[in-house]
Amino acid sequence: MSDFVHDGWSFYVAIITVVSLIACGVFLKAFSTQRLAEGEQPGTTGHSWDGLEELNNPLPRWWMWLFYITIVFSLGYLILYPGLGSYAGYFGWSSQGQYKDEQRQAAAVFGPVIDRFLKQDAVVVAANPEAREIGQRLFLNYCAQCHGSDAGGSRGYPSLRDADWLYGGSTEAIRSTINGGRNGVMPPLGAALGGSEDVRDVVHHVLALAGRTHDGLRAQRGKVKFAATCAACHGADGKGNQQIGAANLTDDIWLHGGTEAAIAETIVKGRMNQMPAHKDFLDEGKIHLLTAYVLGISGQGKP
Amino acid sequence: MPDNLATVRPVADEIEASLYEVRRKIYPRAVSGWFAQWRVALVVATQLVFYGVPWLAWNDRQAVLFDLVSRKFYIFGLILWPQDFIFLTALLIISAYSLFLFTTIAGRLWCGYACPQTVYTEMFMWIERRIEGDRLQRMRLDQSPLNARKFGLKTLKHGSWIAVALWTGFTFVGYFTPIKELAGEVVTSTLGPWETFWILFYGFATYGNAGWMREQVCKYMCPYARFQSVMFDPDTLVITYDAQRGDPRGSRSRAADPRALGLGDCVDCNICVQVCPTGIDIRKGLQYECIGCAACIDGCNQVMDKMGYSRGLIRYSTEKAVSGKYNDAEIRRHVLRPRVLAYSALLGVIVAAFFGGLLLRSPLKVDVLRDRGAMMRDAAGGQIENVYRLQFINTDEVARRYVVTVDGLPGLQVMTPQPIKVAPATTQAFPVSVRVDPAGLGAGAHVIVFHISDMDRPEVQAHEKSRFFVR
Repeated sequence: MSDFVHDGWSFYVAIITVVSLIACGVFLKAFSTQRLAEGEQPGTTGHSWDGLEELNNPLPRWWMWLFYITIVFSLGYLILYPGLGSYAGYFGWSSQGQYKDEQRQAAAVFGPVIDRFLKQDAVVVAANPEAREIGQRLFLNYCAQCHGSDAGGSRGYPSLRDADWLYGGSTEAIRSTINGGRNGVMPPLGAALGGSEDVRDVVHHVLALAGRTHDGLRAQRGKVKFAATCAACHGADGKGNQQIGAANLTDDIWLHGGTEAAIAETIVKGRMNQMPAHKDFLDEGKIHLLTAYVLGISGQGKP
Repeated sequence: MPDNLATVRPVADEIEASLYEVRRKIYPRAVSGWFAQWRVALVVATQLVFYGVPWLAWNDRQAVLFDLVSRKFYIFGLILWPQDFIFLTALLIISAYSLFLFTTIAGRLWCGYACPQTVYTEMFMWIERRIEGDRLQRMRLDQSPLNARKFGLKTLKHGSWIAVALWTGFTFVGYFTPIKELAGEVVTSTLGPWETFWILFYGFATYGNAGWMREQVCKYMCPYARFQSVMFDPDTLVITYDAQRGDPRGSRSRAADPRALGLGDCVDCNICVQVCPTGIDIRKGLQYECIGCAACIDGCNQVMDKMGYSRGLIRYSTEKAVSGKYNDAEIRRHVLRPRVLAYSALLGVIVAAFFGGLLLRSPLKVDVLRDRGAMMRDAAGGQIENVYRLQFINTDEVARRYVVTVDGLPGLQVMTPQPIKVAPATTQAFPVSVRVDPAGLGAGAHVIVFHISDMDRPEVQAHEKSRFFVR
């Protein structure tokens, strides 16, 4: 315990605790009796306020013993549980320990329910209705904050329901994304491309790649700059590279918005995206179920 | 110090007196009569319900089961969810107002006839009487030195008490854990640690309270005994000794004319004190220890009958009637006083609201939770999509199919496949996405309303407001 900078404080607190307990006993004894002259009946408690006297309606004696029992209880408590300075108590109880105990108990109950799917391939698990229900609950707990309750994503957070994958949609790719997280970086390239007109040219080439309406002349000029600057990651055909998480620009699916202005902003300012790693707080069984769940909902259409 | 000592009175003149007293054991004498019969009837009625109800079955389940783990209270055809907590509140209010009303009319009717403390004490005293005999025999037994007979009787008594107490604890736990499984576990001694603990705990509480504590629970622990006086008024019927008729007290022969002897009707036989379960003398007037059990009325009436006097020397009467302001007809007329009428009216309103609420309770509850992480997303064709999590609670014991529609914005549509199936008596969350063309809509939050209806029973509906965000 590092609560006290010096051991002396621990003794100081412990002594105060013990002295208080002894004082409680002494006071109890002192206040449970009354001095009476011989033959005098205890008509009142002797308390008097402005002439109002408190009648003596004695409680039963066992009631008084309850007070003494509390002192005995506290002694037992102080021996078994922390309370005397920095003494940890015979049971060595701590709130952290209790938390870990409860986690262990929960793991013992839910572990077998979740881990029995580990033996099956994720594709098989994805088709199991019970596994899907567990998977959905896990998803709503751990993933829905960013990807949405229906896994449809939103700007900056990829949809998991389409067939478009930044880092690949195989079982292994999904598992590795959940386990280790991902860091998506698109560097700011405004300066590298030249002025704002050059950027607009590239934007129109990107629109052309996606099959959207565009200015043909600008797209022609942009194609050259694209090949020189962007193709390194996105490929000459703009189909992206799942090894490094470079987006496919030909499918009209836009992580950061597909308007001309949004694409220009992406190019000029770059984008930083992070998916956090989950392996530190989700065990293998849960990640397996989540992988299967994502595998099951992916490709359900709807860009 | 020496100066102080000199001013203190000499020690020899003083004694240390405890401010606490040793409990005086009370040996209530058995009594029979109209009120005693009522009490027996109420003990039997309440305990038949208490011990019997957990064994009743309803649709392959226990009819009354308070399932704390899955947070569902089954009461025959009714399943109460945590969302129905308001009914428990209403029930508590009804109980409180009933207590106010009955106390105002006739004092501690609850204490005397229906309170578990009285009921179990009555049961334990009955066992005690069967084994050890009535008041005098019990007093003699307690004073006699320990011998084989005394030991046998005491063992039999405590054994019987413990058996009843354990059965009570078992029954009580049976309201929270299916009682038939519990019985099986008891037979095979495979009870869980908590079930064992609670059975023993409630068993011990029953044994201790009804066997040992008895009137001390009412005197020292129960708050109702202490605040009842604020509910009494001069028109409240309380158990009253008619001092005008009874005093001066004194024994006399049946043949003697009490008037000639200068005596009242009270023969000072002390029966009213001996039958009192709290050990008070009702002739001293209303006291906070009196639980209103009317044992003294029954006891006194028997004596009056023997003496050939009219009954009712101790009777239910009111302060005003005793002081000579009313006759019996006026007592009855004053039952319906403003205070009673006000309590009755309030009680009536709450009871009506309670049952009305239960009858009109919808078997479908829905909570709409907007996704918090993301405000909105771009969907195909420039549309904006918002996602909601709909938490369905199907309180029926049948699986149901629900249809979700939404309105509040022109062209608003639900994109999620329908209908949504919810298993019997479960709560389930479904993500629902809603789309709209944002053209002409201002940026910000728009109020929308979800309408959920049961496909098979269109009258079962739920309507929930939420917000739709547009960029």
